[in-house]
Amino acid sequence: MLPKAMSDVAAKTGLSPVPSATGNDIPVRSIFLEFLFIGATSFGGGVVAYLRDGLVLKRRWVDDQEFVEYLAISQSLPGLNATNMAVLVGDRLRGLRGALAALFAICLPGAILMMIAGVAYHAHGSQPMVTAVLKGVAAAAIGLILATTIQLGRKSFAHAYDLVFVGLTVFGVDQLHQSVPRVLIVVGILAILWYRPRKPKQTAP
Amino acid sequence: MTQLISLLRVFSYLSILTVGGGLAAFPEMKNLVVNVHQWLNFTQLVHLYSMGQVSPGPNMMMIVAIGEWVAGIPGVIVVLLAFFGPTALLAFFIGRLWTRLAKWPWRASIERGLTPVSIGLLLAGCLSFARGAVTDRGTAAIAVVVLLVLLSSKINPAWLVLAGAIAGGLAFGPKIV
Repeated sequence: MLPKAMSDVAAKTGLSPVPSATGNDIPVRSIFLEFLFIGATSFGGGVVAYLRDGLVLKRRWVDDQEFVEYLAISQSLPGLNATNMAVLVGDRLRGLRGALAALFAICLPGAILMMIAGVAYHAHGSQPMVTAVLKGVAAAAIGLILATTIQLGRKSFAHAYDLVFVGLTVFGVDQLHQSVPRVLIVVGILAILWYRPRKPKQTAP
Repeated sequence: MTQLISLLRVFSYLSILTVGGGLAAFPEMKNLVVNVHQWLNFTQLVHLYSMGQVSPGPNMMMIVAIGEWVAGIPGVIVVLLAFFGPTALLAFFIGRLWTRLAKWPWRASIERGLTPVSIGLLLAGCLSFARGAVTDRGTAAIAVVVLLVLLSSKINPAWLVLAGAIAGGLAFGPKIV
């Protein structure tokens, strides 16, 4: 356990501690149904907030400390926050079966919806009115994803150095047209070494 | 069959690039599905990706539409397994390991160091996406308004995307009257 790191994350995400109430076995069916509900209702992008509502506040399957801990792991690993959280919480509740149920359930509604949307778009996507509406949707979507990225950045910036690593990453991918893995490995290793563990006495650079 | 194998390779590769979010994989996705395999054009990718942002659940479900276009239902299944399988396995095993490594000092360094890099990857994704989505003054205006409203209020973004759809239809659509 790393209480300090957790409270840091808690401070960043602005979540207050809510204790989990259940410790006994939760049926896989309940896990499936809860994640199916979250998967079907989390319109608008912010799936993490819906996950917290369902898992911490409504069901009390995990407490806020565990939730931010899982969120920190989800964000450091490749994979979408929503699916990583589903795997981690599902595993915590009922092991492999819980993880599979949660993952499948959170994906199912959106997958069906996007398949229908894709078929409809394929059939009617070239009509002028559809193109016009989607042009508006795409413009709104760029506002949305930029806002999400800025909000995430605000929560997690601690040092001015962070801006250097952000800048290097953007420059590498967007201007130098380097592949994402290459930039991730090079800048990622630089950043991890920069924030390497230091003993208290050796803090001076 | 070759298409299914291409889908498998492309989407399992994209899967491991989604550090910080699906958007981090967007520049590479654009390159692979538009330029290399030519499964769809850039505008279509931007349209599908935008729809995916408002659909409920994980925000990369638009990949099933690509799978469906390329290879029907088998394409959908392959794309879902390829895109969510590798990262789910990683989350499952690293998640268990990570909890046990709570006292390992490098763990905090890794989380700390990867944060700015993942934000950089997301921003690069934003820029790549914006090149397809912001094409004139009208689209720029919609994007800026949505951004400012979201940064200053707690409104559900789905409403703003709906407003964007209506604004798009009125501003760019065929004149009905």
